[in-house]
Amino acid sequence: MRKKEILVLEDLLGSNKKIAADIRYKLTQRGILTINLMSSPGAGKTTLLERIADYLKPDYKMAVIEGDIETERDAERIRAKGILAWQIITGGACHLEAKMIGKVFPEITPDLDFLFIENVGNLVCPASYDLGENIRCVLLSVPEGDDKPKKYPKAFTTSDCLILTKADLLPIMPFDKERAQKEALEINPKLRVFETSALQDIGIKELVEFFISIRQNFLHKNA
Amino acid sequence: MHELSIIADLFEIMTEKAKEKKAKKIVFVKLQVGKLSGVVPELLYTAFDIYKKDTIANESELEIEEVPLKIECKKCGTNMVKDDFVFICTHCGSTDLKTLSGTELVLEKMELEV
Repeated sequence: MRKKEILVLEDLLGSNKKIAADIRYKLTQRGILTINLMSSPGAGKTTLLERIADYLKPDYKMAVIEGDIETERDAERIRAKGILAWQIITGGACHLEAKMIGKVFPEITPDLDFLFIENVGNLVCPASYDLGENIRCVLLSVPEGDDKPKKYPKAFTTSDCLILTKADLLPIMPFDKERAQKEALEINPKLRVFETSALQDIGIKELVEFFISIRQNFLHKNA
Repeated sequence: MHELSIIADLFEIMTEKAKEKKAKKIVFVKLQVGKLSGVVPELLYTAFDIYKKDTIANESELEIEEVPLKIECKKCGTNMVKDDFVFICTHCGSTDLKTLSGTELVLEKMELEV
C-alpha cells in the first residue's frame, strides 16, 4: 500500500452550476425571462407574485415554480390567480437546487414570457445555488429590520435587485430605509432597489416595467 | 444549513476521483472555502464526519483553508482584503471592483492509498 497525493481543484458547486447553465440556455432560447426570488420566510414573496400577476397577465404569459419545505399552499394561491404553478416540496431541504428545477423543466411550455422561481424562505442557503435564472432578486420586508443586508451579505452580493417589501409599514416601524439601502449598496453597488407594498399596490408597476424592459433587451440580444 | 448538501456533492467528486485512480482509501482531503462562499467551515467538518462513515473515506481527515475576500480596484489598482464586505475602494472610493478571491468552494487535493 502506498500513499499518493492528487491535485483536484474542482468546484463543489460545479455540477449545480452546469445544470443551471443548461437550464438558463434553454429558457433563454425560448424567450423566457427567469427570475429567482429569495428572502426570509414571511417577507412577502407569494403576495408580491400575486400582485405581479395582476400586472403581467393581460399582456404576458407567466408561470411560477414554488419551493417550500412542506405543503402545496403557495402554488394553490398562484393557481387561484389563473397562473400556471408547480410546487417543489423539498421535504426538509432549506434551498432549491438546479436539479430540482430540472425535474420541472419538461413541463415548462415554450409559450411562456416570464418564469418566476420562489425559493424556500431562507436568507442564507439559497444564495449559494444558481437555478438558471437571468435575474436574482432579494426581498427585504420592513418588519425584518434594516440591519439585514450586513447580517446576510451573501444574499445581497449575489442579487441584481433588492425589493423592499411591506413599505406601507414604514411610518409605524423603526426601520431606517436610508440605512438599509446604504448598507445594501455598500455590499453590492450594482443592486437595483425597488420600494414596494403588494397590499397597497405601491411600486409594483415600476418593478414589473423593469422585468419587461430586461426581457425586451434580452429578446433583442437573442435575435 | 446547506453544508450537508455541499458535503454530498464533495463525496460524489471524491469517490469518482478515487475510482479513477483505483484507490483503496481516501486518507486526507483539503478544501478551499472562501469568506464569501456562504458556508460555515465548522459545519462542513461536522457534516464531513457524519457523511464519511461507511465510505472509503471513513478514516480520512479533512482540512479547510479559509480564503480571505480579496478585491482589486479597477480604477486605482489597489488590492485589499475585505472583512466587512463593503465593496468600496478604501483608497479612492470607487465601486468598480474586481473580486480576486473569497468566493471559492473547492476540493483542492486528496491523499489516497493505492
